[in-house]
Amino acid sequence: MSGQQKTIVSIENLEVSFSTDAGAIKAVDRVSLEVAAGEVLAIVGESGSGKTVTAKSILGLLPETATARGAIILSSRDGGGAPGAGSSHNNDVLSLSKKQLRGIRGSDVSMVFQEPSTALNPVYTVGWQIAEGLRAHGKYTRAEAKAKAIDILGRVGIPDPETRVNYYPHQFSGGQKQRVVIAQALVLDPGLIVADEPTTALDVTVQAEILDLLRRCRDEFGTAIVLITHNMGVVADLADRVAVMYQGEVVEQADAVTLFSDPQNDYTKKLLASVPHIGQGALQTVERASARATDWQNATPVVVASGLRIEYPGRFGRGGFVAVDGVDFEIRAGEVLGLVGESGSGKTTIGRAIGGLTRVTGGSLKVLDHEMNGIRERVFKKVRSDIGFVFQDPASSFNPLLTIADCVAEPLVVHGRAGNPREARARVDELLEAVQLPKSYGDRYPHELSGGQRQRASLARAIALEPALLIADEPTSALDVSVQARVLELFAELQREFGFAALFISHDLAVVDLLADRIAVLYKGKLVEEGTGSEVLGSPKHPYTQRLLASLPVPDPVEQASRREALRALRADEARAAGTS
Amino acid sequence: MTATVPAVGAPAPSPTSRPTARRRLPGGGLGRYIVVRFLLIIPTIFILVTLVFFLMRATGDPITAALGGRLSGAQLQERIHAAGYDRPILVQYFEYLGQIVTGNFGTSISDNRPITTILATYGVATLELAFYALIVAFIVGIPLGMLAAYFRDKGQDAVLRVFAILCYATPVFFAGILLKLVFSVWLNVLPVAGRASTSSELEMQFLPNKTGIYLIDAFQTGDPAVISDVLMHAILPAIALGLLTAGVFLRLVRTNVIGTLSTDYVDAARSRGVSEFRLVRKHAYKPALIPIITVIGLQIALLLGGAVLTESTFEWKGLGFQLAQYLAARDFVAVQGIVALLAVIVAVTNFIVDIIAALIDPRVRY
Amino acid sequence: MTNSPTRTKSTPTSTRLPRPARRSLLSRLPVVHQLRQSVGLQRGMLVAGLIITGVFIICAVFAQFIAPYGFAQLRGPDGQFGAQLPPSPEHLWGTTVGGYDVFSRVIWGAQTALEVMIVAIVLSIFLGVFLGLVSGYFGGWLDRILVVLADAIYAFPSLLLAIVMSIVISGGQSNLYGGILAAAISITVVYIPQYFRVIRAETVRIKGEAFVESAKVIGASNARIMVRHVLRNSTRTLPLIFTLNASEAVLTLAGLGFLGFGIEPTAAAEWGYDLNKSLSDVTSGIWWTAVFPGLAIVLSVLGVTLVGESLNDLADPRLRGRRAVAAAAGDVAATSVVPGGTLEAGLGGLSGLEGCGDFDDSGTRTHTDTSHTDTSQPERRQP
Repeated sequence: MSGQQKTIVSIENLEVSFSTDAGAIKAVDRVSLEVAAGEVLAIVGESGSGKTVTAKSILGLLPETATARGAIILSSRDGGGAPGAGSSHNNDVLSLSKKQLRGIRGSDVSMVFQEPSTALNPVYTVGWQIAEGLRAHGKYTRAEAKAKAIDILGRVGIPDPETRVNYYPHQFSGGQKQRVVIAQALVLDPGLIVADEPTTALDVTVQAEILDLLRRCRDEFGTAIVLITHNMGVVADLADRVAVMYQGEVVEQADAVTLFSDPQNDYTKKLLASVPHIGQGALQTVERASARATDWQNATPVVVASGLRIEYPGRFGRGGFVAVDGVDFEIRAGEVLGLVGESGSGKTTIGRAIGGLTRVTGGSLKVLDHEMNGIRERVFKKVRSDIGFVFQDPASSFNPLLTIADCVAEPLVVHGRAGNPREARARVDELLEAVQLPKSYGDRYPHELSGGQRQRASLARAIALEPALLIADEPTSALDVSVQARVLELFAELQREFGFAALFISHDLAVVDLLADRIAVLYKGKLVEEGTGSEVLGSPKHPYTQRLLASLPVPDPVEQASRREALRALRADEARAAGTS
Repeated sequence: MTATVPAVGAPAPSPTSRPTARRRLPGGGLGRYIVVRFLLIIPTIFILVTLVFFLMRATGDPITAALGGRLSGAQLQERIHAAGYDRPILVQYFEYLGQIVTGNFGTSISDNRPITTILATYGVATLELAFYALIVAFIVGIPLGMLAAYFRDKGQDAVLRVFAILCYATPVFFAGILLKLVFSVWLNVLPVAGRASTSSELEMQFLPNKTGIYLIDAFQTGDPAVISDVLMHAILPAIALGLLTAGVFLRLVRTNVIGTLSTDYVDAARSRGVSEFRLVRKHAYKPALIPIITVIGLQIALLLGGAVLTESTFEWKGLGFQLAQYLAARDFVAVQGIVALLAVIVAVTNFIVDIIAALIDPRVRY
Repeated sequence: MTNSPTRTKSTPTSTRLPRPARRSLLSRLPVVHQLRQSVGLQRGMLVAGLIITGVFIICAVFAQFIAPYGFAQLRGPDGQFGAQLPPSPEHLWGTTVGGYDVFSRVIWGAQTALEVMIVAIVLSIFLGVFLGLVSGYFGGWLDRILVVLADAIYAFPSLLLAIVMSIVISGGQSNLYGGILAAAISITVVYIPQYFRVIRAETVRIKGEAFVESAKVIGASNARIMVRHVLRNSTRTLPLIFTLNASEAVLTLAGLGFLGFGIEPTAAAEWGYDLNKSLSDVTSGIWWTAVFPGLAIVLSVLGVTLVGESLNDLADPRLRGRRAVAAAAGDVAATSVVPGGTLEAGLGGLSGLEGCGDFDDSGTRTHTDTSHTDTSQPERRQP
């Protein structure tokens, strides 16, 4: 941004250290950043890069275990400054007293949190919580505060704010809650908003709406935004300028267009290269398809679902919750089916049903020629050796008290291929090698491995018995993007080598596109669209798929701008269609 | 108990259930919740009554226990036969259940009084004591707990926590003895024992609308001497029993407030410039109150248990004192009756407390 | 699905778990580990608790060497001790109304308390753990019945239940040395529901963890999953419950003794009984018969509770205090990470610090759960 614009915050040589059980750890190392008025600065980085710590220190919100050095000069919008602060226009956040910090929080800088459902106090109405921020900074009567709360709720797009102001947080949807959180941040009209992963907890279609709202904050309120995110698509969509952090340091700063088109730093290049793009998978799919035998289509499918219905029972005689409602699909031998959907679409439930973890309550689900509806565990146990499962959360998918080798050996021991984990060790070493982990890692405990390494070990365990079918439930969604890229590559490699059929579950269209031969889109428990990657992503037929695809931000500011227009048009069409029908 | 023990009472939540759905109580509406919760107290009472019945009967028949040694064998047999204790145990059990359903808890052997009468006479005294104790517990425990959370890990906090543990570690009867020693014997400012002095009791005895609750009766006499006498008698037992509960409250408020202080919404309020004291007072306190209230339900059981000991220490003529008397007299019919009645009281209080907790939590109300 | 890198990666739970292969046996012992971990006031509380508990155990074990007289001894070389004598060189803490030496009875009382504590805890841990594990793992009707049963017992004044039990076991007249066993069993029955609840809750939680599901998907048998995966992970909280229930056992025993359901003075020394007998002394200003046994109860409970409270604090990352660090101290994140995974923060590295929602997937849930684990134990106890 050009120099004539006023600087809202300038961070100079910030250093932050934490005291942890493992000793002192430096989280932020000599970071210097500036944000101008009305500018969106995105701080990107992977977990542990220090981006959140940097952002929180702007508000002086570091935990007591942290110590900070350097300076954070924050300008006061009304020029009032915190009472007693040396300069009337600028405050150094790090040297303010607790009372002075309270003075600037909310009025000069405010914050939007990652998880809207926890950022609102469940026992007070949203109006009360907004008014509280107002009253902390000046005299407002109850009626004035309420009027202001209604006004701001209306401006962030909450319909019928006069009524909703008296609602409790749980009466709002996730996206609306995030709007309320943004309203709280905006109500005192601060010069700067720090948004910490504001869309990470939201579905992609909701994410697009929140990003629009944040853009409006900048355009209509003139608020500068520090956007903390790991999602390059979000950066491309919203940011004016980008700072890339790695291991506590800022490794590169540039305006958004330049950074995406011409990254300088090696880490930035690698990061950008790791981000999956839609369309990348098309080539591989064609390749795989051509390698298949001609009668492949006629072989018995590994999984056949017809009219599959799964209902979770309600408690105390209350009606149950239908997670999957009349779904038909097939997975043929050696084929990867990608299952895409947002939270609550039933995709995980389907995966669990195939793995025999959730009971099928209606219709038919045939897994390896066994009807799952009403199957007994004793019958299914033999089939289990032909099914591998990779879970979402690498933190909890290994028993913390067993070594990795013991865990990987477990399927071999259970199915009698080895008497005990020691006998299975040779095979375990082979498997670890197959997933590109050093053999010595077998002796480690799960918590001594990183998330990506654990996910690889998880793959090793899943393919230990060379299963005919592998179910991968969001295997990479808990991983950083560069780690994700490596795990996805490994997955593709293993699939090529072992030729198992796979159900790949994900909320990320781009990830699914990368691996899947065919893609199935789930929406509220129903299968709305199914086809090859190019069919579903190239020319989606169902309006939901269209919206899902259009909402996905791409990591390219120029292209994203045009996609944003397309999404706006799509939404307008939908609104019109809803209006006429 | 569903609200008290989410992790225990509920079947394993399926991994797909989202956090928001988790706290919502079954049945959707509050009305339905009340009905379901009310139905749940029936098995609780049933289990306890059954348990107590069979346990007490396992020791033999109550007549022998109470009068064995005082009567000859033949006289005992006669009494046993007359009371029906020689019939099959299941017959006696169903008869007993039938009696309880009609509100008949039996008749004591040693002094031949209906258990329900004993309850009416002494129950109010216990209630009065429990009420005073709860007041002490609230006044001492909750503000101190909030202070401890506010000063967490500082010197003040350490002092308050050790105080809480001391409250917890001191048996009520020992606390009672110490209080008596200091205030009644050494300083001689408060009475040693009893609910009121004889003169006051005489004055209250012939009131037209006698309630049995001495404080109310004392006000009815309109005699300031009687009122102050009754209050003076209540101070030490109330403190002895109240401090025990206060320690529990203090600890509970502290942990829960600290727990809520580390939530996102407190951080969010802090980012709006809300003061630290207000964060404790408003944001952390009310959400922390919900689990605290459910625990208070369990405190009623503790208070009743403590009342037995406090009443014995201070000769406070309530249910607990009476229970100790019957225990000493080996009158197990009376013991069984009082215990069964206490089970009903505990079950019902827990029900009421759960409903109050549900009322405070807007996620249930709407 | 709300799965973001910042939220789902290694939780504090995984970082706190023991690393059996990498640490010495000594530091793996529960209390030693926590002692090293603690700082400041928390360490002070833990150390104070350990010292008091240590003194209590020493008194109990070496009672016959410490106590000048036997617990039932009424006469010395010079004849009868005499009743209600004030403290003197012969009788450090005076004598009781029954003519016993107070100091000796207090010391011997520690032995009784320790014996009852051990028997009660051993019995209730085994039964409670077994029932909790089976009930939580299999669920179904058995589980529901056991839960209702445990809840009913749990909600009932435990002292009254202990009284009923002691009547059943010994007819309410425990004049034999076996009275210790009777008292211990009465206390056991009262506390089984507590162990049951805690272990069941842990089992239900662990059952939902991915590693148990993955064992299920592999086809491991129920017995294998229960022993190998669930049991070993669910016993983490036991040291904590252990200390809390130990103190409750002392209090319940004293309560029983005070009401005359404890152990006769000739069978063993018991603090509650002595307090009961001293009740009438107090009115006449005789303080030594009440104060010393009472203080013994308070101190033994205080010691064990301090240890328990500190363990509880240290087990919860939000309550655990940490040493302050100088600004700009420490290494940069990557060096704390296991080699081979430079980009991902492993261990307790920065992952735990980035973002404040790192405890669970919702703050509300975390706090209610914590309060549950916290409240389930110490709130119920005998006065």
